[in-house]
Amino acid sequence: MILTVIIVSFTPMVLVIAILLQQFNASYHEKTHAHLSELVQKHKQNIDSFLQEKLSTIEFLASTQRLSRLNDNDFLYETLIKLRRDYDNVFVDLGLIDEKGIQRAYAGPYELEAADYSNAKWFKKAISEPEFISDVFLGLRGFPHFIVATRVKKNGGFWLMRATVNFNAFNSLVHNFQVGRTGFAFILNRTGEFQAKPNQEIKPCSQCYSFFWEAVEKTRNNILITRWTDDSGRENLYAVGSLKNGDWLLIVKQQAEDAFSDLNRMSNIALLIFLVGGTAIIGMAAFTSKQMVRRIRKADQETEMMNKQIIETGKMASLGELAAGIAHEINNPVAIMVEEAGWMGDLFEDEPFAESKNLSEFKRSLAQINTQGQRCKEITHKLLSFARKTDTTLKDVQVNQLIQEIVGLSEQMARYNKVTMATELQPDLPFITISPSEMQQMLLNLINNAIDAMSKSGGTIKIITKLSRLEKDHIVIIVEDDGPGIPESNRERIFEPFFTTKPVGRGTGLGLSICYGIVQKMGGKIDVHSTVGEGTRFRIWIPVQK
Amino acid sequence: MAKPYIMLVDDEESFVEPMQKRLDKRGYKIIAAYSGDEALRQMDTHRNLDVVILDVKMPGMDGIESLKEIKKKFPLVEVIMLTGHATVESAIEGMKLGAFDYLMKPCEMDVLTAKVEEAAGKKHAHEEKIEKARIEKVMSTRGV
Repeated sequence: MILTVIIVSFTPMVLVIAILLQQFNASYHEKTHAHLSELVQKHKQNIDSFLQEKLSTIEFLASTQRLSRLNDNDFLYETLIKLRRDYDNVFVDLGLIDEKGIQRAYAGPYELEAADYSNAKWFKKAISEPEFISDVFLGLRGFPHFIVATRVKKNGGFWLMRATVNFNAFNSLVHNFQVGRTGFAFILNRTGEFQAKPNQEIKPCSQCYSFFWEAVEKTRNNILITRWTDDSGRENLYAVGSLKNGDWLLIVKQQAEDAFSDLNRMSNIALLIFLVGGTAIIGMAAFTSKQMVRRIRKADQETEMMNKQIIETGKMASLGELAAGIAHEINNPVAIMVEEAGWMGDLFEDEPFAESKNLSEFKRSLAQINTQGQRCKEITHKLLSFARKTDTTLKDVQVNQLIQEIVGLSEQMARYNKVTMATELQPDLPFITISPSEMQQMLLNLINNAIDAMSKSGGTIKIITKLSRLEKDHIVIIVEDDGPGIPESNRERIFEPFFTTKPVGRGTGLGLSICYGIVQKMGGKIDVHSTVGEGTRFRIWIPVQK
Repeated sequence: MAKPYIMLVDDEESFVEPMQKRLDKRGYKIIAAYSGDEALRQMDTHRNLDVVILDVKMPGMDGIESLKEIKKKFPLVEVIMLTGHATVESAIEGMKLGAFDYLMKPCEMDVLTAKVEEAAGKKHAHEEKIEKARIEKVMSTRGV
């Protein structure tokens, strides 16, 4: 029951939350990825165009001027000043190098005229290609910079026009990059060295970067979004794009936790709702099903009790009818018999019989017939009291007063049987509208039964009256004794007419059935509690008319 | 005083018969009727009836109806209701309608005769009062 309710309630909730979360998760990932891709793409373009622009400037310079001018320190100096002005101090110096690696002309802050680059790696590479952008390196001057160079053919030989680009200006392109709380960008070359410093400390992880290289080459110029768990166990989100024709990698790294913080918060809220809702559902399920079970059980009990009562009432009613019928049918013949006997008695007074020697026997016999006739009459009388209304003059009665009268009546007989009578009457009870004679009869029946039950051992009869707590607007009268009690086998039958445990001739078995009939008629009810060896208690509820 | 003139009304012959004999033996003048109708017819012819002993439960016109008729036609005749236990209520109702008293079957002969005497006495006293009043009326009219 509880399980069913819980399953039925949980299934839609779990489904809804799961589907929503799944959808949200997917779209949020998509959104985050798209955002990162876009950022990387934009920066990639920025940086690429930055580099291309510097290169084009140098190329333009180299291709438009004659060698004699390019070879002139003053001209270079002038050009450098112009370039610095135009490009916001991006260019550090300018130089012209012949194909042997000797710098022929130089303009810049360092004493680099006639410097020999013939053994520098970059030179070897630069002289073999029409244009060249170096990785960041320390070089002769001892601090990070990179070189933009272009090869021109002038006067039958190769010349290399080169410029040093201010590392800081370049660095600022990525340095200021920030996504969320933990997202930052950096640039790597093929050997895994930083080409632009991130704004946070980061340990290069050669393994993962080589993976990026491979992956980026596969994506062909597109942005790669991937996840990688670093050494400290944090999962990071990487967006990787290639720069400088695939020489460099622009990498944006953000902790997954940070990138998806909204999502996580959302998940946490959903989880919280789920937990709270789930607890509430389980609680409610348990509570309502328990309550329902209790209610059903109570209803069952009530029905059962009602059925029992209906059966009991029906039984008593049919018994009553039967008794009334019998009483009628018997009463008339008995009346006739008694009359006939009386007539015989009358006839014995006459002459011829007066001398009969058995006259006294006849007379005794007739008297006996008469007596037994009277007994029959009493029985039918009692039977009819059980079955029908007898003296029904209703009066407003103060029950306590009535009880005191009856106790007074019974006390003599009780004392004779060593029985004490006690009363415990609640004063100021409301009046009840009943037939006093019926009430008397009922109480006398109960008291007489109790006295009979205790005639051997003696005991106490206690009569209690009070306002009922169980039944609203009812007075309850309790008659209890400490006699031998009623065995359970008899307890159900005591209200049936003719049921008696007294010896034949002593009791008619009608007393309690009359009580039952009277109480029913008053609109009240009667019950009995009895424990063998401890005593018996009759309770009678009588409604108070309002 | 003369013994009262009684009519016994009951549908059960076997009851009426010994009762009639016994009352007769005690010197009462008694006639019997076996239904309410018959009782009323008898009363028409026996105008000097003193007491009617009337069973409450009879087929046809029952005791209460008979009583009403009797009291309507012969208001001075006293009626004693005779009843089985089941019909005590109707006996009480009968008394409200003017019956003298009620007795339960089977009843002691002595009790019955006592009641009958009482009823007859009441009737005679009543008749005397009426007689007296009539005389007074005659006297007073003469006096004027």
